[in-house]
Amino acid sequence: MTSRLRVNPIACCGHGLCAELLPELISLDEWGYPVIAEGTVPPGLTREARRAVTDCPALALALSPEPDRGLAGVIRPETGRSES
Amino acid sequence: MTGVSSSTALWYASRATGVVSLVLLSAAVIIGIVVSRPACPRGAPGGRPPGSARLPRFVVLGLHRNVSLLAVAFVAVHVLTAVADSFVSISLAAAIIPFASAYEPLWMGLGAVSLDLMVAVIVTSLLRRHIGHRVWRALHWLAYVSWPVAVAHGIGSSTDLRRAGPLLDLTIACIAAVVIALAWRVTRARVPQPRSRPAPELIDAGARR
Amino acid sequence: MTAATTAAGPHPIPADGGALPRLLPPACRPAGLAAHLGLHGPLPYRGAARALIADVRASGLTGRGGAAFPVHRKLEVVAAARPGRAVVVGNGAEGEPASHKDEALLTLAPHLVLDGLQLAAEAVGAGRAILYVRHDVLGRTRIEARISERTATGLDRVPVSVIPAPGRFLAGQESALSSLVSGAAAVPRFTPPRVSERGVDGRPTLVQNVETLAHLALVARYGPAWFRSLGTLSEPGTMLCTLRQADGSVTVAEAAIGTPLATLLDLRAASAILIGGYHGAWIPVRQAATLALSNAALRPVGGFLGAGVLAALPARRCGLAEAARVARYLARESAGQCGPCRNGLPAIAAATTELAGPPLSAHLDPNPSPPAAPHLSAHLDPNPSPPAAPHPGPRVLADLTRWAGLVEGRGACHHPDGTVRFLRSALRTFGDEVGEHVRGRCTGSDGRPFLPVPAGRADGDEGS
Repeated sequence: MTSRLRVNPIACCGHGLCAELLPELISLDEWGYPVIAEGTVPPGLTREARRAVTDCPALALALSPEPDRGLAGVIRPETGRSES
Repeated sequence: MTGVSSSTALWYASRATGVVSLVLLSAAVIIGIVVSRPACPRGAPGGRPPGSARLPRFVVLGLHRNVSLLAVAFVAVHVLTAVADSFVSISLAAAIIPFASAYEPLWMGLGAVSLDLMVAVIVTSLLRRHIGHRVWRALHWLAYVSWPVAVAHGIGSSTDLRRAGPLLDLTIACIAAVVIALAWRVTRARVPQPRSRPAPELIDAGARR
Repeated sequence: MTAATTAAGPHPIPADGGALPRLLPPACRPAGLAAHLGLHGPLPYRGAARALIADVRASGLTGRGGAAFPVHRKLEVVAAARPGRAVVVGNGAEGEPASHKDEALLTLAPHLVLDGLQLAAEAVGAGRAILYVRHDVLGRTRIEARISERTATGLDRVPVSVIPAPGRFLAGQESALSSLVSGAAAVPRFTPPRVSERGVDGRPTLVQNVETLAHLALVARYGPAWFRSLGTLSEPGTMLCTLRQADGSVTVAEAAIGTPLATLLDLRAASAILIGGYHGAWIPVRQAATLALSNAALRPVGGFLGAGVLAALPARRCGLAEAARVARYLARESAGQCGPCRNGLPAIAAATTELAGPPLSAHLDPNPSPPAAPHLSAHLDPNPSPPAAPHPGPRVLADLTRWAGLVEGRGACHHPDGTVRFLRSALRTFGDEVGEHVRGRCTGSDGRPFLPVPAGRADGDEGS
């Protein structure tokens, strides 16, 4: 079962723990907010992803079992396409 | 004489774990004060918890959680050994229901209050994802009540903590450390933190350039 | 803003002739209830929930609020609620400053909108209907009197309450609207759950633009085949457009989808056009002359219809200066809830402003706002040399590109995405101008603001 990481940008305060726990998938932009890599979480990183979700002080990170359908969430800046 | 010595052992265990609990609880509160940041209302982010490359934020926050859980473990042993011990009669109910103890109702009562608050704080923290951030945060403030009540319980129940000696010094040190941490936090909160949102005036002033 | 919004504009000639206008009443005089019923016949209630949805699906009606979402799909989702539980909202907030079509519709054909509201409420089994309109528009259109008229004659089956919308850009955003109607601030909420599942007071909520509701009222009367008789196959029907011509005139017109843009806008005096409002896209005028009013024609060139704002930028204006003013406005209008938007949009606006350079009003405006020192000489010297301020340089462009990539898709709503679309299209369309500005020059000679932007606190040169 694949899962996808999503951040609630309203709840997110830029604490930055997620990027420390899961640097393979999450990096911080110049303002301290998480940029999540597109795509599903590789099975080997599921444990770290769950930990990042639990440790987020603002409870802003979530791991959803199915891929997003038609919601603006993760997009690739270079292509300029947004899912909506 | 084994009955008396095992009871004495339990009594000493209770007092010893009581002292360790006091230290651990104080440490948990201090770390909590250091890592906590204001809630993040619209337009004014609270700032990042302390951390560096060598001591990442999740480690610091993990430290708070682990010290707190360790403290709870010691408190549990402290309570259970006190209940099990037959030297003085403290029922399990008295440990949980404030002021229901026959022995030293005031000081045991304070202990029960502190225990109840601590359980509330710990349980809500463990169930954080299910109760949501706001409810969790509101209840976590109870830690600031639980700690001084625990200290009062310790000082009131134990003559050792009142007599001059290493235990009194330890108690004073714990109290001082928490007070200093609180003072640091309160004065830091007065200093305006840099806001990441440039005021609209800055945007519009750019139009004049 | 004057009320010069009520006439039908330079007439777009539809392919089959004579079937326009549909929404706007004949001679563009406001239609009272009796006239409305005389013109269109009685309100065709279907007598059961969901009964209308099949016709709506067959008609291919999509939302006219900007997102062009298929109406029948929203109806189906909300109709799944328990009878009486759903809420229907007619969205007339019109937060886009350049758009006036919703107000025009509410002035000229309010009963079409209110018919549509009742039909939608019946279709989803709603227990509550709301009309969401700005305070000043409420006053000018006197819509509450129209509603009372209908209640008095027993025409409306679901009582309609009017809720004033704040005059903010995001006030019409679906979740912001739902939030305000539920009693909180008009700021977007994180989705899921969508408003159609959990909206006003936690109830499934149908939010439709007032123009969409008006089309719905006509589809219910005349049927899907009639609706499809104008427009294109994939985008049937007509739409209301706010036309801002290069000579400054502003009109609201109804056009069939697929109408050539050259029919709607006078492109001769323009250098570029803006389609879709402030979340839309700039298109060079030569390219615009080949395009039609449809998403199918516009998407390949990065444009989209949005809420039907079409503006023709006069040839002597600096497109970058206009884009910068709008960018500053969009940054101010951020709800400020999401870090990337709250930080990125002001940065983008400041960079665009820097790129646009010193205000040209120093040349022409007899009462310039207090300028910084380098511009004083420009004011006095009829042939000003390039300002002493340092050239913005390619660094600003690099910053802009980076920030645009950073904010896109990272907000709870589409405000940063729309802003980025607007800005990217400006940099593309005004590419030559960008090159000039990077070297410290500007080809524009008229510094007066063209696009309407509500004034900020410190901006002295904003339009009305």
